[in-house]
Amino acid sequence: MSEAINNLPPKPVFDLQAVARELLITFAIGVGIMIPMVLLRTTDRNSKLVIEYHWEEMLFALILLVVGRLGLIFLDKQKPMPTLIIGLAMAIAGWTFEFPTEVLEVFMLAAGIILIIRAGLALWREAKGVTENDRENGKKRRELLLKHSTGYITIVVIAIAVILPFLTDLLQFILPSIWGDSGFVVGLSSRYVVDVFTLIFTYILLAWGLNIVVGYAGLLDLGFVAFYAVGSYSFAILARDFNLGFWTALPLAGIIAMTSGLVLGFPVLKLRGDYFAIVTLGFGEIVRILLLNLYDLTGGPDGINGIPRPGFGNVVFARTAKVDGTQTFTDFFSNTFWQIDYSTTHRIIFLYYIVLVLCMLVAIFTIRIRKQPLGRAWEALRENEIAAASLGINRTNIKLAAFAISATWGGFAGAFFASRQGFISPESYTFIESAIILAIVVMGGMGNLMGIALAAIILIGLPELFRDLNEYRMAAFGFGLVLIMIWRPTGLISFRDPTVLLFGKKKREHEEAVDATKEGNS
Amino acid sequence: MLEFKDVQTFYGSIQALKGVSLNVEKGEIVTLIGANGAGKTTLLMTLSGVTPASVGSITFKGEDITKMRTDMIVRKGIAHSPEGRRIFSKMTVFENLQMGAMTNDPAKFDENLAYVFELFPRLKERGWQNGGTLSGGEQQMLAMGRALMSNPEFLLLDEPSLGLAPLVIKDIFRAIKQINEEHGMTVLLVEQNANHALKLAHRAYVLVTGNIVLSGTGQELLSNPEVQAAYLEGGH
Repeated sequence: MSEAINNLPPKPVFDLQAVARELLITFAIGVGIMIPMVLLRTTDRNSKLVIEYHWEEMLFALILLVVGRLGLIFLDKQKPMPTLIIGLAMAIAGWTFEFPTEVLEVFMLAAGIILIIRAGLALWREAKGVTENDRENGKKRRELLLKHSTGYITIVVIAIAVILPFLTDLLQFILPSIWGDSGFVVGLSSRYVVDVFTLIFTYILLAWGLNIVVGYAGLLDLGFVAFYAVGSYSFAILARDFNLGFWTALPLAGIIAMTSGLVLGFPVLKLRGDYFAIVTLGFGEIVRILLLNLYDLTGGPDGINGIPRPGFGNVVFARTAKVDGTQTFTDFFSNTFWQIDYSTTHRIIFLYYIVLVLCMLVAIFTIRIRKQPLGRAWEALRENEIAAASLGINRTNIKLAAFAISATWGGFAGAFFASRQGFISPESYTFIESAIILAIVVMGGMGNLMGIALAAIILIGLPELFRDLNEYRMAAFGFGLVLIMIWRPTGLISFRDPTVLLFGKKKREHEEAVDATKEGNS
Repeated sequence: MLEFKDVQTFYGSIQALKGVSLNVEKGEIVTLIGANGAGKTTLLMTLSGVTPASVGSITFKGEDITKMRTDMIVRKGIAHSPEGRRIFSKMTVFENLQMGAMTNDPAKFDENLAYVFELFPRLKERGWQNGGTLSGGEQQMLAMGRALMSNPEFLLLDEPSLGLAPLVIKDIFRAIKQINEEHGMTVLLVEQNANHALKLAHRAYVLVTGNIVLSGTGQELLSNPEVQAAYLEGGH
């Protein structure tokens, strides 16, 4: 019976007129968008602003757009062969020919590759006789597989994260025997990559913090950056005025951030929904403006300079130990067992491990607390406040706890950020930071730690990957957002793990049976 | 066991309860019937402290609970199964039941769970399923089960028959009767389905726009012509 249904829609008719119309519309929209964005550009010539016309660029971009659209139309009409040819042509053109700008070449190549992949998949499905129904089922199977294998994936991801700084050395040690020359992997754990991942992990830390309020307690907090800022500044001020080291100042910064979370949280918790969001947005701005204006304490727009770098014990990461009683990392190790030369990379790797450990601590805490009454009460509040109250949950205390814990993690991230940068100013704590962190939480699938980590890698990593594209860099951020919204509209990993095992060993069987009934219902 | 004395509740400037006095004795099923907007749900919300009373007093086992916080009231042994069920739809059935036991002594957990599963075997079958994927009747069972998990002495049920098929309603009312008879549970039942509720209840009150206008035993009200005209027409 299902076959009959699947055979019902006939192959769409290829109507030349309709195609021409669609291409024309694409062309018109393209012209409309590109006139202000590509064609007209102001440049500084002899300290005078002049408008430049980029006719050539616009022409190429329009050709790219129309040809790409044609490929998609062929795909829509279930004619993957022409799409494949168009894709190949675009990819080759992007790879070999000289275009007016490098960005255009990259886009041409990327568009070609996407078309090739989609056409290839369509051809493969045609050859195999895969129906829509099969595709749906395959999707569900993969979802289930993903659901059951998250544990293993987590272990692999953590393992990779732990060895990341030494991945190159490891591969260089292993690969030559197989590959001969392994020069191409050198970039894998370069100073730059480790540094980027340190940044990504900082955002993961922040997003996991915000996740407690947004993902678990269901309160839309638009001012999370406030706690990030409080953490950074309390760390910097403690280090500057009281001469505290990293490991003393870090927990103190966390405690101060937690206190600020309680102070900010108390008045806003009576509010709900949109009102709550707007008030937290306001608090984020209040903190930033305070930082700008409390000149004596925060240095105002000048920020705070010379924030100490983390070390351990009396070991510092520097070429020479300047303070008595301390020694450098290289001396510390060289004296005891082997000789290492000074390298600035040591400090970068050390920072990477600090943030990794902080992330692990937060993850363990979060996973554990979800199974405690407190974590469950958060989820209950998110699901239904009245029901939660009628079961004897003290709403104020539970929400305050969420606020405080989330602020603490934000504070840790802030303290770490301050120590890594060595310099902080209010510019780093604008609303856009709150928005990015919130985007990571939402895109990752609210409440799912792995999903959030993945979203952070995509949303922070993509713009870094495209750093060469200069002003188009943030387009990669938007691109990442759009991709996630199309493919996983409820977040990258959006299923919720039940926190209790009722049936012990039989859990998995039972769960599969339940999934099966759910599929039947939906 | 429970006594309302001249209780008045306001939503802003709108008065929802205009001086309600009633009492419920231990082991009784008392039902409160009335039309939409009569204040039935408000009365239960006032009792459990969600919308506290402005005037009057509510005493439970001799203790004044008028101004008490909701979670404290639950700890006194009053469980509330709210209108529209309000289960946690993204949590599993079992997690929902656990949430009900938040205020309870952990030692009593297994005993209470066994009792709920005995009362509603369907919930045990569906233990791993998300609350939101249950049918309406099962959700109502879950809402009642969740309330029972706090090991209460006094159960508030707000329209348990709302939107359910007649057969399922029968099941739910059988369960209420069973809880009352086996456990000696005191029940305050708010219902629109006056026919069923009056047959089940020992005593009943009729609420009209925030005032109690009639009271008596269930049988008395069933045969009362006014009640028949207002609430039972078509109920048979």
